[in-house]
Amino acid sequence: MSTLNAPAAPAYATAVDTRNYLKASYGPVSWLLTLDHKRIGVMYLVGISVMFLLGGIFALLVRTTLLFANNAEAVDPLITAELYNRFFTLHGAIMVFIVIIPGIPAALGNFVLPIMLGAKDVAFPRVNLLSFYMWMLGTALALASLFFGAVDTGWTFYTPYSTSENSPSGMILVVTGAFILGFSSVFTGLNFIVTIHQLRRPGQTWFRLPLFLWAIYSTAVIQILATPVLGITLLLLIVEKTMKMGFFNPAYGGDPVLFQHFFWFYSHPAVYIMILPAMGVMSEIISVFSRKHIFGYRFIAWSSVAIALFGFIVWGHHMFTSGQSALMNTIFSALTFSVAVPSAIKVFNWLATMYKGSIALQTPMLYALWFIWIFGIGGLTGLFLGTLATDIHLHDTYFVVAHFHYVMAGTIFVLFGAIHYWWPKMFGRMYDERQGAIASILLFIGFNLTFLPQFVMGSQGMPRRYYSYDEVYQVYHVLSSVGSYVMAAGLLVMGYCLFTSLKRGAKAPDNPWGSNSLEWHTTSPPPLENFNGTPVADDPYDYHNLEWDPQIQGFRSKKPMVTSG
Amino acid sequence: MSRAFTTLAQFDGTFMMPKQGSTVSASVDSLFYFIFVICAVFFALIVGLMVWFMVVYRRTPQRMDPTSNVTHNTRLELLWSVFPSLLLVLMFVWGFRVFVDMRVPPEDAYVINVNAQQWSWAFTYPNGTETEDLTVPAGVPIKLVMQSADVLHSLYIPNFRVKQDVVPGRYTMVWFEAPEPTPENKPHRLFCTEYCGKDHSNMNRNVIVLPKEDFPEWLENADPLIGMTPEHYQEYVADPQAFITAHPEYVGLMPPAVMGERLYTKKGCVSCHTVDGKANTGPTFQGIWGRTEELADGSSVKVDENYVRESILNPGAKLVKGYGNVMTPYQGRIKDREIDMLIAYLRTLASK
Amino acid sequence: MADAVQTSGASAGHEGPHGHHDPNLAHHFDTMEQQFECGKLGMWLFLATEVLLFGGLFCWYAIWRSNHPEVFVYGAQKLDWKLGGINTIVLLVSSFTMAWAVGCAQRGNRQGLLLGLGITFLGGIGFMGIKSVEYTEKFSHGYYWGGSYNPTHHEEGHAADHADGEHAETADAAHAEAGAADSHGDGHAADSAHGEESVADSAGELAPQEVRPPAALAGLSAERLTELGYEPSKVLLAAEAPGGLAASAPPTSETKLSAEEVRNVHLFFSIYFCMTGLHGIHVLIGMAVIGWLFVRALRGDFGPGYFEPVDLGGLYWHLVDLIWIYLFPLFYLI
Repeated sequence: MSTLNAPAAPAYATAVDTRNYLKASYGPVSWLLTLDHKRIGVMYLVGISVMFLLGGIFALLVRTTLLFANNAEAVDPLITAELYNRFFTLHGAIMVFIVIIPGIPAALGNFVLPIMLGAKDVAFPRVNLLSFYMWMLGTALALASLFFGAVDTGWTFYTPYSTSENSPSGMILVVTGAFILGFSSVFTGLNFIVTIHQLRRPGQTWFRLPLFLWAIYSTAVIQILATPVLGITLLLLIVEKTMKMGFFNPAYGGDPVLFQHFFWFYSHPAVYIMILPAMGVMSEIISVFSRKHIFGYRFIAWSSVAIALFGFIVWGHHMFTSGQSALMNTIFSALTFSVAVPSAIKVFNWLATMYKGSIALQTPMLYALWFIWIFGIGGLTGLFLGTLATDIHLHDTYFVVAHFHYVMAGTIFVLFGAIHYWWPKMFGRMYDERQGAIASILLFIGFNLTFLPQFVMGSQGMPRRYYSYDEVYQVYHVLSSVGSYVMAAGLLVMGYCLFTSLKRGAKAPDNPWGSNSLEWHTTSPPPLENFNGTPVADDPYDYHNLEWDPQIQGFRSKKPMVTSG
Repeated sequence: MSRAFTTLAQFDGTFMMPKQGSTVSASVDSLFYFIFVICAVFFALIVGLMVWFMVVYRRTPQRMDPTSNVTHNTRLELLWSVFPSLLLVLMFVWGFRVFVDMRVPPEDAYVINVNAQQWSWAFTYPNGTETEDLTVPAGVPIKLVMQSADVLHSLYIPNFRVKQDVVPGRYTMVWFEAPEPTPENKPHRLFCTEYCGKDHSNMNRNVIVLPKEDFPEWLENADPLIGMTPEHYQEYVADPQAFITAHPEYVGLMPPAVMGERLYTKKGCVSCHTVDGKANTGPTFQGIWGRTEELADGSSVKVDENYVRESILNPGAKLVKGYGNVMTPYQGRIKDREIDMLIAYLRTLASK
Repeated sequence: MADAVQTSGASAGHEGPHGHHDPNLAHHFDTMEQQFECGKLGMWLFLATEVLLFGGLFCWYAIWRSNHPEVFVYGAQKLDWKLGGINTIVLLVSSFTMAWAVGCAQRGNRQGLLLGLGITFLGGIGFMGIKSVEYTEKFSHGYYWGGSYNPTHHEEGHAADHADGEHAETADAAHAEAGAADSHGDGHAADSAHGEESVADSAGELAPQEVRPPAALAGLSAERLTELGYEPSKVLLAAEAPGGLAASAPPTSETKLSAEEVRNVHLFFSIYFCMTGLHGIHVLIGMAVIGWLFVRALRGDFGPGYFEPVDLGGLYWHLVDLIWIYLFPLFYLI
């Protein structure tokens, strides 16, 4: 619709508008009502970044509170127990529902998925825009709760605490917000599945898709199959809170443990909604920056699908101490280990891809390498938690907190890597490589300083969600808080690096990294309909066709991948 | 193999694990360190290879292209899928066996009832004694039968490696056996690990392990009111000082008001009612005795024994104006004698 | 939600034309077939999410029915299967007319299309009408959900004191008397009573303590408990199972249950109102979609070359119908 108002195309172009998508039309309305997947992706990216900062501020407040032991004995503390509980709740809810789940798929997936397929747009552009506005609405509702009885239930909304009479009224807003965010996520996933099925170029077979698309596809399957269950659970929570339905409230004969089953049936697969797209990006970055064909394409592709499927049958491992029967615990423990195998396969294949490659340690690759470290720890510590006997001890301690931060923040690291990777394509500018690298190193050091001590204090018995703790744990908390400040510094450097690049950055070549997937064979930034011609599908990991051209500071295709006309 | 890890874990509180306080601690720790070693090996392998490749295969202007273009190797894939799977099976089986030990209590376990509520624990022994800290005999299997009055809680004793959620509307159970008595001033810690609201982090208490032979004596004297005849009780409430002078065997018995003050904390009153005049979720207790309260329905009532009793057992009956009906009824959760103690305590809180 | 996908179907129709010959073909599709396939796949996926949305409720129903069959047997006796049956027929007929309308659209029979859509729409109105009669009837008896459940008329003779004693007017009172509070009260009293009579001599000698049955079963005679399949020895085990109690021999729809025996009947009405309510919302959305299709059909938008929105709307209506086909027996018949 934005194109309708555009001036007539220049004479040398055919019917296709060759101007890049950023310049095809101007003004806020041309963005807010756009149906262009690239603009929607950029709007997501902006929104998610803002919310990430907000979630990060809450995290810093939490960490600052925990610099001191025995807070409960403090006289007139600056941050009271009530405030602290709201901080960690909001940090969790924002990061999970608003930032990480839509992060890679909605922001970057939206931008690159149709281009990778050689398509002009996603299958349902209007639904895509609707998803974005649902994301906005859900976010707005969740934030509105801050002013109408801020929620202190933790992001898990466990009943009966969340539905009791004295639970804050903001619960209804947050839960409604999460419900809407859920359906935003469903529609994004639905759109992606249909697009991948129907809008591939002729000749682009399933096994010629970039692995990022396999990951996005698997993610979308989880989004479609799991999120509606979260939706109904949240609806039940709302009617429970407002109308005293009694489903999960023992005061009316309901069962709070059943709520946990419902909740984790979504929220465990949600972990894979978060991590799978990151793994997909990893496969792209590792291969491109090693300049070597991805190793074990089919194993990586199928392991994404396997993770998506196994992810549905392991939710009970969040409930080993909840009072569920010993038999269920045993079954869920056994199933849980099944997820470890496909994850390990991916890591080994990435390493094998690097073997004898030509490794360029540019910023996206640095983030990818940090991810191998971080996800290595995150994945391996999962083994302690999948094992029954050790989980009983570690459950709901800081060990778990550290574990899931190593997994989920691993996703954030890849998100950063992906932003740096596709930044030239999105905005047509190169960022300062040195600043990017410094930021990534600061983030990596800060992250490990924050969360490695949490493993130790967790296994020493420090429970999570504690406002006030025994002095023996203070040394670990102080280390952890210092680490969080280092991370904040890293983020500032990264923000500076990316923002300044928009104005001062060198003009980006079409293919700065030497990737062979289709988005790098169009201009940077891409034109409104993605290609000035018809793209030709090829093996996305075959780099023989690309050679470095120092004049454009980028890679050039020996044989053209986009035919005119 | 198992023995080797047991030895490693037997230090009194290791880097990763706290002191071993129960019979299952050692086996949990052995398993923990077994997984730890496997993880360390894999992590070293992954990161080692990664760093090696980073250094050796770094891209330079002279070395733009990779030196190998192998794209797959099914045998390798199967190897690195199957071999770790075997280790996983081992972990699962080991974890399961230790879990069964942790889960199934011996038939003759000594039962202590646990009542959790926001934000306090109450441990009730078979003779009716109720304590805030958990005191158990050494070398005796202990079974805790737990229930919650309000929301989810979770009982966690890190040194015992046990944890179990306490769920309203059903009983949950956890058992342990502590072989060694705790030294003076070094009790085990007990935490609530299921988030339960504002003062979640205050729901932590001590676990004291007494020598087996000292426990019965402790239990008998822990609550002197248990076994006291009604006549003695009347005398004691009327004039504690005179009663103790007359009955030297009750020399350690505290006056009702002091016990009431402890109940004020123990029963959770403290979380909603202040004693310093500030309004909280509920009205302050400062100067409450004899005060005339304006009620929500417009009438008023003088705070006396009957009003206090009614408001504890059925808080919604006469709500003070300006406060919500949010207090959980204590009907069935408090003894008559405890109400007496609380009343005695409230009498002492004159307004300043 | 449904609107969204409908819009998507429409988006196919209204995307800006870029010199394509067919005005209904969106710019990013190559052919009408591709566009149609996209719409169809998208709709099926959306229907899958709808099924899973209801799936959560069906799951809740299944778990509670297996744990508390008596609640459902008792509750079903309060529903009018005749009204439910009529509603089933109404929906089945409307589903048929919808299918017929789709066929008409494909053949370019505009009259038939309008007639089919019209009858389907009326079917929706009829369904909602009967549903509202049913709801009103339930409300008039005080058969509300959860904490609001407050039955005023009972068929049973001993109903009067039951209503007075147990189900007082306010939700607060209901709260005070309901399951958990009781269970703690009883449990605690039991513990103290037990404790007071046996003072420990030596720790090892103490017998494991008995656990009282959950309060939900209080008030039932021992014989009745056995009849309902309740075994006291199973209590602790059962307490670990979802739902908290065991009833291994489920009562059948023939079993006559009195209000005293069945605790937590309000849960039946909670799930009943939630499931039929959510279904009702879907019927309303479906009616809105059909109304919109009707307007477009009046405008003459559809023909043999372009009937995708009718097809997709039909799919949605069939799903709404299908869900009712499951709800009817689950609540009214078994």
